[in-house]
Amino acid sequence: MNNKPELVCPAGNLPALRAAVDNGADAVYIGFRDGSNARNFPGLNFSHEEARQGIDYARARGVRVFLALNIYPQPAQWKTAVRAVDATVELGMDALILADPGLMRYCVRTYPELRLHLSVQASATNRQAIDFYHKQFGIKRVVLPRVLSLAQVQQLVKKVPVDVEVFGFGSLCVMVEGRCALSSYVTGDSPNTAGVCSPARAVRWKETASGRHSYLNEVLIERYPAGEAAAYPTLCKGRFQVGNNVFHAIEEPTSLNVLEILPDLLMSGVKAIKVEGRQRSKSYIAQVTRTLRAAIDACLEDPEGFIPHPDWITQLNRVAEGNCHTLGAYHRPWQ
Amino acid sequence: MKISVGPISCFWERSKVFEFYAALEDAPVDIVYLGETICSKRRQLALNDWLDIAEQLSAAGKEVVLSTLTLLEAESELASLRHIAENSRFAVEANDMSAVHMLTNRHSFIAGPHINTYNAETLNLLYELGAKRWVAPVELGREVIRELQLSRPLGMETEVIAFGHLPLAFSARCYTARAHNRPKDSCDFICLDYPDGLPLFTLEKKPFLILNGIQTQSAQTQNLITLLDELEDLEIDVIRIMPQTQDLASIAGIFRRTLDGEMQPEAALQALESYQAYGFCSGYWYGKEGMAWIHASGKASE
Repeated sequence: MNNKPELVCPAGNLPALRAAVDNGADAVYIGFRDGSNARNFPGLNFSHEEARQGIDYARARGVRVFLALNIYPQPAQWKTAVRAVDATVELGMDALILADPGLMRYCVRTYPELRLHLSVQASATNRQAIDFYHKQFGIKRVVLPRVLSLAQVQQLVKKVPVDVEVFGFGSLCVMVEGRCALSSYVTGDSPNTAGVCSPARAVRWKETASGRHSYLNEVLIERYPAGEAAAYPTLCKGRFQVGNNVFHAIEEPTSLNVLEILPDLLMSGVKAIKVEGRQRSKSYIAQVTRTLRAAIDACLEDPEGFIPHPDWITQLNRVAEGNCHTLGAYHRPWQ
Repeated sequence: MKISVGPISCFWERSKVFEFYAALEDAPVDIVYLGETICSKRRQLALNDWLDIAEQLSAAGKEVVLSTLTLLEAESELASLRHIAENSRFAVEANDMSAVHMLTNRHSFIAGPHINTYNAETLNLLYELGAKRWVAPVELGREVIRELQLSRPLGMETEVIAFGHLPLAFSARCYTARAHNRPKDSCDFICLDYPDGLPLFTLEKKPFLILNGIQTQSAQTQNLITLLDELEDLEIDVIRIMPQTQDLASIAGIFRRTLDGEMQPEAALQALESYQAYGFCSGYWYGKEGMAWIHASGKASE
């Protein structure tokens, strides 16, 4: 196959970055420890010095490093965001992943040579929206929101003037990224405003006679019978009542996994496959990177005869949310 | 301050839509946003029907804006958007960058609540591209809006959602169809059964969200009725009321009389009680969680 897509892996710290590089990532994306990115969790992310070390490590091994700066900075955050852009340039990162149009304008005016990728948080789900960012800011790549079917992705790749990056594995946002305020509605902070979804500071656990209950602020997300393992209360993965039915009204706890459709994605001309999870451990990063590397290489070698190895699926399910997986919106009936 | 009526967010029978707008002709509202913003499968009205309604409202003295889809994926959706964007009669509200792209340097437009305008640089960019008004995204609180008001370009109007269920999220998945065990592609227009959306409760039976097809709204009704003085001080130009099946003209009337000093905010708040099902919220305005109901005194209550 001619199209050899990049495997783009997350890293929340230096050990995770090394794990991604050592296990076959083509590029690694990281965030600064200044609240300017969509994984603004305590103990996570890079100082400028750590970023420099990470870039040195990656580059010595032929791996590119991208900076994710994908919140929508409000006036009080603007200077921090601009400093993060400046640092991206000073450190010589290979690309900057942005969502905010105002920041893109700053980049184009200040650093016209800086390579911009359109973050998934920019909610660009169609050709005209992508054209907008290409024309106004010269973006080189778009990361597609996890709401498009495989057929729609294939169509878009043909029509847009930029490279297309899609999600291959990781926790599944079921809402259009950049267009979900559920988290701030319940907790005051969201991906757009603070780089967090269902933040840990809002999590409450209540032990009752019938078991353990998880809350975000005062909103009950899930009840677990005594003895059953409890999951982190992500808002959209809770159980709720609609009509007379109690069910996962929005989505089950599950992970996205595209191995089944990998040949279709690769043949469509997708230029990069992204792994979600900068908040995850280095062993997760190592496991997922190694597995996707093997899968992509096998698929490139023989796309027609490609069948996902059962071991790959098992290994990925082991680290997946809910220990299971879905094709999400790529598979039309999911919608 | 002007009063606007946002686009109808839920799916209504054709006749109900015509009745709703006929009733608005004499209502004390200044601006009416028209059109489907949620789901392209909702086609009880064609563009020509909307244009007919627009002409009637316009003749009744209302400023009319054609609002547009928020989540666009298919080419057919872009084609419909282009028809609206290319109309030369009415202003257009953009809710996706595809619409901004089509409207750039063509017509003055309104940057809707789903364009992520979070800072002065984005606001200025939109102005340069032709926006004459922006609707603050639901997450922005008064401190941020105050800052943006100070740096907004001359002539750019600011609109805030003052009453209604908040539009919180969009997805490829249709939650109303999912709740009925139907795939989106054979939904049989189940949304028609829920003209005010399908409520979702927590396991403690507390109202939490409203499912409206691919959109998720707050169950609580945002209500800034007691904050109108503050909105005036901030030089907000337009306050938006979101449509619901209950008598919208009465809701608008309560806002109008309060703005005109004919009704006290506390009395207005009492009067609005009959137009909500699951309580009020106002937390976003105070920079807190959106679901909180914080009374004008600044104290949080349930």
